[in-house]
Amino acid sequence: MIRFEKRKDISKYFAMTAPFVSVLLALTTAGCIMLFAGVNPLKAYMGMFHESLGSVYGITETLVKATPLIFTGLGVSVAFRMKIWNIGADGQLYMGAIGASWVALFSGLTGFAAMIGMFLAAAFCGGLWASVAGFLKAKVRVNEIIVTLLMNYIAAAWVSYLVYGPWKDPKGFNFPITQRFSPDIMLSHFMTYRLNTGFLLAVALVIILYILVEKTIWGYEIKVIGDNPNAAKYAGIKIDRSIIGVMFLSGALAGIAGYVEVAGVQGRLQEGISQGYGYTAIIVAWLAGRSAIGVLIVSVIMAVILVGGDSLQILMQLPVAFVNMFQGLILFFILASDFFIHNKISIRRSGK
Amino acid sequence: MKKIVMSAILASFLLLFGCSKKKEEEVKVPADTGKEIKAAFVYVGPVGDGGWTFAHDLGRQVMAKLPYVKDVTFIESVPEGAESTRIITSLAQKGYNLIFTTSFGYMDPTIEVASKFPDVVFMHCSGYKAAENVGTYFGRIYQPRYLSGMVAGKMTKTNIIGYVAAFPIPEVIRGINAFTLGVRSVNPDAVVKVVWTQTWFDPAKERDAADSLLDVKADVITMHQDTPAPLQAAEKRGAYAIGYNSDMAAQVPGAWLTAPIWNWGSIYTQVAEQVHNGTWKSEQLWYGLEHNLVDMAPMSKLVPEDVQALVNEKKAQLASGNDDIFTGPIKDNKGNVAVEEGKSLTDAEKLSMNFLVEGVQGSIPE
Repeated sequence: MIRFEKRKDISKYFAMTAPFVSVLLALTTAGCIMLFAGVNPLKAYMGMFHESLGSVYGITETLVKATPLIFTGLGVSVAFRMKIWNIGADGQLYMGAIGASWVALFSGLTGFAAMIGMFLAAAFCGGLWASVAGFLKAKVRVNEIIVTLLMNYIAAAWVSYLVYGPWKDPKGFNFPITQRFSPDIMLSHFMTYRLNTGFLLAVALVIILYILVEKTIWGYEIKVIGDNPNAAKYAGIKIDRSIIGVMFLSGALAGIAGYVEVAGVQGRLQEGISQGYGYTAIIVAWLAGRSAIGVLIVSVIMAVILVGGDSLQILMQLPVAFVNMFQGLILFFILASDFFIHNKISIRRSGK
Repeated sequence: MKKIVMSAILASFLLLFGCSKKKEEEVKVPADTGKEIKAAFVYVGPVGDGGWTFAHDLGRQVMAKLPYVKDVTFIESVPEGAESTRIITSLAQKGYNLIFTTSFGYMDPTIEVASKFPDVVFMHCSGYKAAENVGTYFGRIYQPRYLSGMVAGKMTKTNIIGYVAAFPIPEVIRGINAFTLGVRSVNPDAVVKVVWTQTWFDPAKERDAADSLLDVKADVITMHQDTPAPLQAAEKRGAYAIGYNSDMAAQVPGAWLTAPIWNWGSIYTQVAEQVHNGTWKSEQLWYGLEHNLVDMAPMSKLVPEDVQALVNEKKAQLASGNDDIFTGPIKDNKGNVAVEEGKSLTDAEKLSMNFLVEGVQGSIPE
């Protein structure tokens, strides 16, 4: 029979190489399927690489795609740090987008004041949305996975309500979109590309989060709470307050992703702002080993896969289902490698 | 200052990925005044949806047969909104000189990308914004909708007809109204019940909506959706089905009556030819039965001869250019006069239609 055992000492060398080997295996597997579909895998991979990294435009688009993943990934990973599972980054992103859009459309603020207002409103709305789950977890021990997950749907329904109802653009022919934000409150763009200051904000937050989590007492506290809540309690750490606080921070980061999407890319509130970023963020945070710098790197790699996937369709005429399958394969293999880093297989003859 | 910081970050990434500045030059698309066509289509659903995107793809295949069309590609299931900007840009960069974007939600992205690629011709389906190199195209599908309404009005026994509708936008509302006017022209007692799904493409939701209509005794189901799911629900419950987009008779043989359908091939061929000859200019095309862009699928054997004759007579009248569908008197379903006697709605009024006619049970969600 086959048994899995926890590895006692994880080899550094193995841990370093396993993800690369698994990506290679994923590429080989997908390549076999491509051959089956009559497509040259080498050409396809070159096309993907060229699409996402082969030109200034490609790189800017990859970074645009990475930006919301960085924010939501940071949010999810800071909660993971405390062993709290925030599955609700998508909903928090939407609440952030709602907050930012309210400031943009109805507050009467203009220029820089509006930009600051949008940022704060987004962080606050996202944070508040997440702290509901934090509060329920801290006070009545309700499972945060369920609460955050289900609140995603509520947040998405709020967006639908607003864009179909009170916030609908009067000149939008009844389409579920708000008015466009005035250009002076949009994030400034890099030359003619869509890359905007949101990406710089994301990098700045990576650094801030790194310092906060790795270098401060607060960061140490949440780690202790995650590893051993009883010890934390004994040491006099206020666990309840920390849970709500961390959830607020986690949600605020996802909310900022919503701000950057509406103010940097969409220019308005509408449904489908998030292409599942909040869910991808869970994978990002997991692969990043819950470190802020890791989130930055993994987000960019994910963006390369997502943006590069376009070329599989355009150049290779592979159906969109293949692109989704390809992305799934890569994640599957990477997660598997993570498993094999921490576990080893032993095969034994008999039951005993 | 911001720009400088951005440049610095970008430069570091360029170094990181070992990229050369030379690649940037490729962005320029060669000027095109006509000979070879490289066309690309942006689709909102998968080509296998059996409905909206499927119909566009049939049109694409017709166009692909033209001798001067060197390359036709498509990209499916592209989300509406900002995500599509990247994909449309990518197509323009790869040298496609004629790009069709086939859903309303691509309107702003199409205009935005088009401003950066003045030598590429863009055609956006169903929108209202145009530019020097962006034309729009759509069809008067309300004409065959009216005709299919006549069929429904004659076939219903319960005098309740179910209409599964996607979004409360003018295009869909216009279809519901024309259909209902068609129904009431032959059967003033019949009513059309509307359920909104708020999605173009979601077979499960579409089927649920149809089921809820069948539950309240609708015996003819029609729809403004991208898949045949509502029709399958109708067939299962022994009701009649009137489709949309393309001839789906083979999929619901027991229930099929007819459908308003699209012949996108005619307009795609026309545009490709104009671009090829260099005669293309930005227009807002809105063709009807007279151009064969819209049509009725052949009526099935379930529709009696005399009804077929009646419908064909009306069709001939509409196709000759005598379109009196939105000519008054028309009341809305709140009892107000929507179109006065002797007056007709202008195209602009039709395109921004925001009321439901008498006989429709349902309301436009606020």
